[in-house]
Amino acid sequence: MDQLAAVLVDGVIYSSWLFIIALGLTLIYGVMRILNLAHGSLYALGAYVAASLVGAWFANGYPPMGSYALLPAAAVIVGLVAGPLIERGVLRFLYGKDEIVLVLVTYALFLILEDLIKLVWGVESYVISEPYGLLGSFELAGLPYPVYNLVLVAAALVIGAALTWVLQGTRAGKLLVAVIHDREMGAALGINVSRMYLVTFTAGTMLAAVGGALTAPTVSVLPAMGVEVIVLAFAVVVIGGLGSLPGAALGALIVGLVRSASVHYLPQYELFSIYLVMALVLLARPKGLFAGVEARKI
Amino acid sequence: MSDRTARALVLALAILLVAGLVLPKWAISLAIISLGKGLVVLGMMLLMRTGLVSFGQGLYYAVGAYAVGILNQVYKFSDAMLMVAAGALAAALIALVLGALLAGYRAIFFAMLTLAFSMILYGLLVKSSALGSTDGFNVDARTLAGIPMGGGASYTLYAFASIAAFLGAWGLHRYQGSLLGRIAPAIRDNELRVEYLGASVRAVVLLNYVIAAVLSGAGGAIVALAVGHIDPEMAYWTTSGEFVFVAILAGTGSVAAPFLGSALFEAIRTVAYQYSPYTWQMVLGAAMLAVIMFLPSGLWSLFERRRARP
Repeated sequence: MDQLAAVLVDGVIYSSWLFIIALGLTLIYGVMRILNLAHGSLYALGAYVAASLVGAWFANGYPPMGSYALLPAAAVIVGLVAGPLIERGVLRFLYGKDEIVLVLVTYALFLILEDLIKLVWGVESYVISEPYGLLGSFELAGLPYPVYNLVLVAAALVIGAALTWVLQGTRAGKLLVAVIHDREMGAALGINVSRMYLVTFTAGTMLAAVGGALTAPTVSVLPAMGVEVIVLAFAVVVIGGLGSLPGAALGALIVGLVRSASVHYLPQYELFSIYLVMALVLLARPKGLFAGVEARKI
Repeated sequence: MSDRTARALVLALAILLVAGLVLPKWAISLAIISLGKGLVVLGMMLLMRTGLVSFGQGLYYAVGAYAVGILNQVYKFSDAMLMVAAGALAAALIALVLGALLAGYRAIFFAMLTLAFSMILYGLLVKSSALGSTDGFNVDARTLAGIPMGGGASYTLYAFASIAAFLGAWGLHRYQGSLLGRIAPAIRDNELRVEYLGASVRAVVLLNYVIAAVLSGAGGAIVALAVGHIDPEMAYWTTSGEFVFVAILAGTGSVAAPFLGSALFEAIRTVAYQYSPYTWQMVLGAAMLAVIMFLPSGLWSLFERRRARP
């Protein structure tokens, strides 16, 4: 019984984290039809910027609680710098090409960003565990859990709710949904599609970076962190259905629970289990659980 | 049609075999690895001609290598040729099963599912301590079809890799010229029309997938023998990404392009890694962007264009 509780709690915590890192990926795909392989690198970028900021904050002896504000700040910085740079500098020349060509383009971006990170930050690890330890821990079913994990869960809920509200409750969001459904028609009705794309990619970059920034205190920040995350985020998004917000939530929950169950019961097959679930879901529902029907064109 | 490509391939094989006699050891080793990886990219090229991009060819690359490793370590096989054949066969069997599942998928869904399959293998290999887990293990072949061979960078293995590459390229060239082979570009252009014309898209996709897997399995086996070591990294998605990269760079214009592409890639990697370990990927990425933006048919199109002029 205790173990089941632990599986559920771990699963929910892990799912929240997955949800945050998967959101940006699914948003960018949903609007721009770009499966962004550089997503993991943007996530790593967020982690590095957060690590640098928090490190400098503590080195100067500022009040420790203030360091929490730096995590989202790092994400905003990365989003506002890297997002427009990539969208205006590279992607906008390639709209209308095959989806698979755009995947290859983002793969090239991934290669570039990986080295850029190594050039700027080197290959040694950065550890900023202060925000992680600062909140103390609570006990559940006999196991200690850092309170910071609750911050992750709360962040996932807030970000998910905010994005849903923007898409469904605001004028800009409704325009965006219109563009998703029919880009040409949207443009014909006077929506500035090119600006929509710029904003979407920037927001997606910010979401990737916020995932990295929130993760930075819990791990040592290393160059390889982006490579690992990207396939996980894919698994989540693909299970839920590319471009679907509730899909990402469900995918994150499934992957999170499967992983935590496997960690507790079959630790040998942790990594294996995630991709197995992804493969099984794709075999049963090729376009993911929440994907709509598409017309075949002759 | 007088077959210029076949003649060029025979000439290339002759040059390779003669050049191998005078090349230094490091160049031999580099050449075997390029030929092995070139075989993988050759398979990738066939898939790309069919309109499919696989982000999981590392799966078969690793299967080929691990078939060699297991036969060598567990069953004490030491003949390189047998082991390469076994690697290709193992890849074919797995590809038959997975290919049947994959044949209904296209575009990014095909790419993602192949990626998932190869990551499953990676996850398994990392966790299986019997197969050396993350460290992998060493491979040591002593003979090749009965002929003794000294180490991974020997002329014997080099000659074998050259002949295998020749057979792969020539076979694929013949296949692509055949009626069955010509369906592939048609599928890429419009598969519904292919169906209306009475060909089975599913069967052709499966066949091409299996052929690509066999080439990757053989390539992985050859690389395993040349390097003398295998590890799960061979099934990781970045390895597959590398193959995609070389395939894009080479383009689908000629069966020789994958080998030139991977030789170029290996050479650049070896040099660049030595002089600037932190920027070489960046250069590769920039090169890839440039190729996609300005040379959509790959580097090979540069040669083509020149030849087309009077």
